Amino acid sequence: MPVEPPITSPRTLADAYAQLAEGPVTPIAGGTDLMVSLTGELGEPPERMLDLWHLDELRGIALDGDSLVLGALTTYTDLRRSSLCREHVPALVEAAATIGAAQIQNRGTIGGNAVNASPAGDTLPVLLALDATLVCGSVRGERDVPATAFWPGYRRTALAPDELLVRIRFPLVAGRASRFRKVGTRRAQSISKVVMALAYCAGTDGGLWTDVRLALGSVAPTPIRASATEAVLEGRPPIPAIAELAAETLAAELHPIDDVRSTAEYRRVVSARVLHRLIREAGGW
Amino acid sequence: MAEVTTRTAPPAPVLVEPGTILPGRARGAVPLRREGPSKLTGAARYTDDLVVPGAWYGATIRSTDARARFSALDLDPAFDWSSVVVVTAADIPGENIVSSIKADQPILVPLGGEIQHHAEPLALLAAPDRATLRAARKAVRVRTEPLPPVFDPLESDHVFAAYEIAAGDPSAAFAAADLVLEGEYRVGHQEQLYIENQAMIAVPEDDGGVTVTGSLQCPYYVHSALKLGLGLDDREARVVQAETGGGFGGKEEYPSVVALHASLLAGKAKRPVRMIYDRHEDIAATTKRHPAIVRHRTGVTHDGRLIAQEIEVVMDGGAYCTLTPVVLSRGALHAGGPYRCPNVRIRARATRTNTPPNGAFRGFGAPQVEFAAETHLNRIAEALGLSPLEIRRRNIYQLGDTTPTGQVLRESVAAGEVLERAAEASEFERLRVQRVAAGQDRSGTGTGAASGSALLTGRERFASGVGLALAWHGAGFTGTGEVKLASVAALELTGEGAIRILTASTEMGQGSKTILPQLVAEVLGVPAEWVEAAAQDTAVVPDSGPTVASRTSMVVGGLLIKAAQRLRAEVESATGGSFAATYRDFAHSHGPRRIDQRFEPYPDTAFDDETYRGDAYPAFSWAACVARVDVDLDTGEVLVRDVVAADDVGRVIHPVLAEGQVEGGTLQAVGYATIEEIKLRDGRYLNDRLATYVIPTALDAPRITTILVEAPFSGAPHGAKGLGELPMDVGAPAVVAAIADATGAWITDLPASPERILAALADAPAVAPPRAGASEPAPPPEPGR
Repeated sequence: MPVEPPITSPRTLADAYAQLAEGPVTPIAGGTDLMVSLTGELGEPPERMLDLWHLDELRGIALDGDSLVLGALTTYTDLRRSSLCREHVPALVEAAATIGAAQIQNRGTIGGNAVNASPAGDTLPVLLALDATLVCGSVRGERDVPATAFWPGYRRTALAPDELLVRIRFPLVAGRASRFRKVGTRRAQSISKVVMALAYCAGTDGGLWTDVRLALGSVAPTPIRASATEAVLEGRPPIPAIAELAAETLAAELHPIDDVRSTAEYRRVVSARVLHRLIREAGGW
Repeated sequence: MAEVTTRTAPPAPVLVEPGTILPGRARGAVPLRREGPSKLTGAARYTDDLVVPGAWYGATIRSTDARARFSALDLDPAFDWSSVVVVTAADIPGENIVSSIKADQPILVPLGGEIQHHAEPLALLAAPDRATLRAARKAVRVRTEPLPPVFDPLESDHVFAAYEIAAGDPSAAFAAADLVLEGEYRVGHQEQLYIENQAMIAVPEDDGGVTVTGSLQCPYYVHSALKLGLGLDDREARVVQAETGGGFGGKEEYPSVVALHASLLAGKAKRPVRMIYDRHEDIAATTKRHPAIVRHRTGVTHDGRLIAQEIEVVMDGGAYCTLTPVVLSRGALHAGGPYRCPNVRIRARATRTNTPPNGAFRGFGAPQVEFAAETHLNRIAEALGLSPLEIRRRNIYQLGDTTPTGQVLRESVAAGEVLERAAEASEFERLRVQRVAAGQDRSGTGTGAASGSALLTGRERFASGVGLALAWHGAGFTGTGEVKLASVAALELTGEGAIRILTASTEMGQGSKTILPQLVAEVLGVPAEWVEAAAQDTAVVPDSGPTVASRTSMVVGGLLIKAAQRLRAEVESATGGSFAATYRDFAHSHGPRRIDQRFEPYPDTAFDDETYRGDAYPAFSWAACVARVDVDLDTGEVLVRDVVAADDVGRVIHPVLAEGQVEGGTLQAVGYATIEEIKLRDGRYLNDRLATYVIPTALDAPRITTILVEAPFSGAPHGAKGLGELPMDVGAPAVVAAIADATGAWITDLPASPERILAALADAPAVAPPRAGASEPAPPPEPGR
């Protein structure tokens, strides 16, 4: 029995900020997560909604100095079609291609994925691995939040009640490689069992990896960085002994849970194996 | 009605010679599906699309206990109940029983009564709008006293049904066997996941009766349920099928519950009530495929002949009986697989657990047992170093063989034909040999699936494999079912000269609305579009039986052909001209004519329901399936790439729809094999949503090549046997065999989920290539879990 809460559609960001400042209202962008809550079965449905879809200020993919900047309303389809994204954040493009199916990709946005804050959100580990900065705005102005601080707890974000996520900024890093893998329940319309993003710079001196970032989803209450494993890989080459140590470290570092989609053991083992595979592929052995 | 002799010859009769097998082929023009355009354009109106002025919305208050005493229903006095109707068991005018095989399931649990499963209906609400209904639901509190539940079907001492089938002397045969192999196989629940949820609209009539329009497979099942539960007579209860978005058995018995609930509310509210389930409620509360535990012990000779089978089947019926005895019966009768074995003992039982009742689902007990039988046979082949194709060639039923019930297969046996056609088209042996070579390469370089630690990958990420399975499916009702049912189908020539089919056989996507007119038109010698079909409305059509058991084309189609033959003969005898040219004149001069054709027992078939001896089915349909898979060795994920299915259906009526049945059934079987799984906690389905109960998407679908084989059945005038359920029986074991071929690991519990595959790979030290050239049989593997 769906409910139909009242909804307003501001045409300017300033108007949206003003409405957010006035009181509790739930912003809605593509709606691919929120529409499900309108059944009222998964907790209380929102009382009032704020439609962001017409805010073109929140659209666009552009280079800005040493950053790639994506508007929060950038859809997965936009990401997949963007040559800038393919060049600078290929792992994000790969992630976008695994989300839902065509209809979801046309509506779902990167900002919505971040704000929904699901531990299984497929782009979130990519934001972590690529050192993204999330720009939050309100009547009080804008502030930057690093991805590592954006998801403080289960399904929570660093946004204040009157704030919107407006942009996501990725630093451009020369020579950075990024990889993405999703292990889901099926080949489309699938919620992740494990999602992994890996980024590193492969130096010319013997192929040593530096600036290693390893992030995972669906293995903890929030998307996480696997810092112990990053430390194992940092400054080392992608050789079998290092891969083995990294896989073992990751398996020890993760504490996933059993849930309706998979088991803790599967998530732990598969995370290690997927990492091992990515290192193996990079090392070419 | 006197039988009329045929003066002019009917159109070319189907000649059925026992044992003849024809290649599948398209015949004549293939009409479009009648309801296809309206479904494609969105013009088709399903139950929830129907506008009924003044109708209220209904809802069901359900238990949250698996087993408990229902002690009180508290209505919050602060809530305004003046515009809400509340129905409890005390409001039921007839018997508080959902009519089925046993009188054990209440329409609503009475106060003081025992709740038997999670999501069991306790009370009903109706309100003029959804907001009021939602608020009213929150103002209801159910009080219960928990009782100890039973969840394990092996531990339950409440037996719904039990059967034993025995032939020969298994003990002596086991003693003489060269190899005895044991295995245990487990399959879980499967949700039908029709695209349209359960839905009913009840409209109270002035005479105290009720008309129910809804999504359903069996109008007369719902009719019986309304009569019993509401205390109505045949005329007062009226059931009309709306456009129905799929059934797969899920709308065989459950619509009776929804219709009763809607009618009780409508009766008390004195206005129409809509009872439309959302997906969550539909998955949480309605019937599923029965989980089963199947144990095999099989004795074979060195050269792979089956000489003894001992099979134990235990099915989980859930909390109420529903159709469990007949599901179990079909399971017991199919448990040995399509193989000749002289010494057999099959014991089957179904028990009660405190989980939502299980019921009909495409295949009806056969997919569970045939998964076990086929997987077990494939493991026997592996143990003997025989090809899965070869072991089947040596054991499949041939014309004249006898089944464990003593049924002699006198005609229409196509096990060998479907097996060879599928093997040939898929190049099964070539692929298998190729795989063996690749497997030996892998083991030679030491880069198999699991090299050392379970946390590490091997060099190859993917392994591919090919698997084969064979199935039989008894056509139509089991045993004496069809005789007891005594269905009637009618053909009418109206006074206005319209040709009209009258059956209760429902269209739910399978094509009955298209092929029944097609069969009649062929006999009458008129274009198919000249033949109309009356709506499935119990006030209009006779009881041609339920639309289940793959019986519509075979049984109801057969009745209509006979009725058409009689009508044609009568018209042509009166007019002296061809039916097509003269029937309108005949109608105008003679007035309307209706021919009711009642089912007559198939000649020379007899079955004893007590001893389980005799002809369990008038004929069997046969299917073979070859599946190719890629297994991701890192994650255990399976991609089913390719399926070749050869299905014998007796006679193909509409090749496009027939292929559609094979493709749809195959994909449903792929889901059963790989990803579809209901997870339970304390008797409650945990994944009762589409986000968590996953079925294959278009991207998960293999390429499916369908080969239709025709081994006609002489008992049906057109030779057709059942098709709808057949492909569901054979897909899962083929996929699991392909996974084993790829990885060396036999997954004995369905689904073969990535979690189970990875666990099995961790146990299996390396890929074990089939021992194709072995001359000595390997020692028997350890019994399964």
